[in-house]
Amino acid sequence: MKVIETLKQQLVESFGDQVITLAHGSGGKAMQQLIDQVILPFFGKPSDSPLEDQARLPLPQSGRLCMTTDSYVVTPIRFPGSSIGHLAINGTVNDLAVSGAQPLYLSCGLIIEEGLAFAELIEILADMAVAAQVADVRIVTGDTKVVDRGSCDKLFINTAGIGVLEVGLDSGITHIKIGDKILINGDIGDHGVAILAARGELALETTITSDCAALTSLIQLLLSEGIPIHAMRDVTRGGLATVLNEYAQGAGVGILIDEGQIPIKPEVRGVCEVLGLDPLYLANEGKVALVIPADSAEQALQLMRTHPAGMNSAMVAEVVADHRERVVMQSDFGGKRVVDMLVGEQLPRIC
Amino acid sequence: MKYVDEFRNGKQAMAIAKKIAEQVKTLNVSKQRPLQFMEVCGGHTHSIFRYGLAQFLPEEIEFIHGPGCPVCVLPMGVVDDCISIAERPDVIFTTFGDAMRVPGSKKSLLQAKAEGHDVRMVYSPLDALQIAKQNPEREVVFFGLGFETTMPSTALTLQQAAQEHVKNFSLFCNHITIIPTIKAMLDSPDMRLDGFLGPGHVSMVIGSQPYEFISRDYNRPLVIAGFEPLDILQSVYMLVKQLVDGRCEVENQYERIVPKTGNQVALHSIGDVFELREFFEWRGMGSIDHSGVRIREKYADFDAERKFAMPRLKIADPDAAQCGEVVTGVIKPEQCKLFGKSCTPQTPIGALMVSTEGACAAHYHYGQIEIPISQVVNR
Repeated sequence: MKVIETLKQQLVESFGDQVITLAHGSGGKAMQQLIDQVILPFFGKPSDSPLEDQARLPLPQSGRLCMTTDSYVVTPIRFPGSSIGHLAINGTVNDLAVSGAQPLYLSCGLIIEEGLAFAELIEILADMAVAAQVADVRIVTGDTKVVDRGSCDKLFINTAGIGVLEVGLDSGITHIKIGDKILINGDIGDHGVAILAARGELALETTITSDCAALTSLIQLLLSEGIPIHAMRDVTRGGLATVLNEYAQGAGVGILIDEGQIPIKPEVRGVCEVLGLDPLYLANEGKVALVIPADSAEQALQLMRTHPAGMNSAMVAEVVADHRERVVMQSDFGGKRVVDMLVGEQLPRIC
Repeated sequence: MKYVDEFRNGKQAMAIAKKIAEQVKTLNVSKQRPLQFMEVCGGHTHSIFRYGLAQFLPEEIEFIHGPGCPVCVLPMGVVDDCISIAERPDVIFTTFGDAMRVPGSKKSLLQAKAEGHDVRMVYSPLDALQIAKQNPEREVVFFGLGFETTMPSTALTLQQAAQEHVKNFSLFCNHITIIPTIKAMLDSPDMRLDGFLGPGHVSMVIGSQPYEFISRDYNRPLVIAGFEPLDILQSVYMLVKQLVDGRCEVENQYERIVPKTGNQVALHSIGDVFELREFFEWRGMGSIDHSGVRIREKYADFDAERKFAMPRLKIADPDAAQCGEVVTGVIKPEQCKLFGKSCTPQTPIGALMVSTEGACAAHYHYGQIEIPISQVVNR
């Protein structure tokens, strides 16, 4: 981490007063300079040989390859506790990790808007380097494009990832059974509120930071202890409500949420009350909803709570035979209500 | 959370539910002809569904979801007027989030935004004024809507714009006022309501006195209610108790917020900026006399209706949509021919399906399965 911080400072001193121009995407000298002097120092090269158009990677001795890709277009590109750089690494790492795979290699496609300050780009690249180091993955290939001002919003990043899934690991929605418990590894909604606050559209001030984090080591801890995981998904856009609806509809089961068990910070609840938002639909970037057989659920919960990414883990729901394909919440108050899929974006109510 | 969790205590809710059930037994009502209480305000509708409050009540009591969601009662022609302004290249069009999804005859403001027009969601009219100050070369229009709850903030914004001589800001005023609307419902020949839950936020501004004609002239009780589940249940109890005692009064359950005479500062700014319109068109309910306000001559420079030409067309709702009957309690949301078929939150035809406070959207999201009361009370 210290190496990355030092590198960042050196690069800001050298390039801090410059902005990205169309020349940096032209394929010529300026682009070569950007890649060699700014991008590669953060990500490194896969080998000592000259850069090729592809990364050449050894095949795993056993197991299966997992592959995923995702594009990151968040506004603003920096927000409390995180940035588009952290998201671009952790989001793709988590898409692999929730299959049970060990993520290994990432690609990085940068689409940069003409006029972006080098200093901002350097910050984001450093965030990516740090996140990759923490998640124990390597960025082995990439692509850089510069587009006209107005064609994208400062910076879009696409990352693809490859991981290895051990033979025998096979979690998925079809394995969900009546009686299973659903666990989440901590407070929901922090990322959604952090983004809302960062957009500056709120008169509210909040100290909430994004929960953006890689989930690999938490999931690997459960697997290494032999916890049978029937299904797992990272809880991102659409929030916990959306993942639980996907489980219910995909497996043809009912899901009953216990509202009192859902971990949520009072400040996030407060923001939701004021704006008329439902925290169940707020985005997260470091949360996984695990479906575990009832007889292993308590052990899984205790293990999760020993991990830094799972200190506030909770058992929030159970798979039931009633109301198939629907998610119902037993409220703290005593009533029950349907928790449906979100329609469009959550829009604040007027009164 | 302080001042919130105290009003969401399940045990207390059960205790109130029990008292309501006991009182109802002493009245001559049946499941076939239950007591119908209308919650006028969309905020109440939302709470009723969110907390499953109908599950706490005996079958002899029914909530009727009234016209109190200002987004839901917007006529399509008004949305078309908004879009005609928003499509002008010199305009930044601003409004609240849930107004952006209301369908006009051809599209919603969200669709206009997707087409590239500068439509922005704001959290208060002051944010819109701020945008105007930051963009002096553009015309910034705020689409103001809502009952007396949101009227003071719009009025104060216009006063501020006038004081600061902001030239490029105007308001498309579609604010509505609650009392004539309740009166119109009471005058309807279909009217059979047994009582009202009065709107808490509106009453915070206007006080409890303006409702007194309802008990005096129409012999119906009204209880001004807060928005937390215990507030609503207690208000239902107060309505039932009035019927049991043979009383008919305006009572105030929400005393912690609502003063009898309202908020004088807010009322003063409303009076300074707005005046009643002769008529105002409501979606599903037709024209109601004196139910809307317009901007006074004094603030004419900030009136979008005078600044911009608009189509001002009256556009009828689709024939099959029964929004008007739902909003006046004649039918329930699921009895509408379109409910859940062609009209869903993804594809709203009637405005009641748009906002989460709309009776149909709330019913669609929260009320699609029948949960037996036994499952609820066994906790």
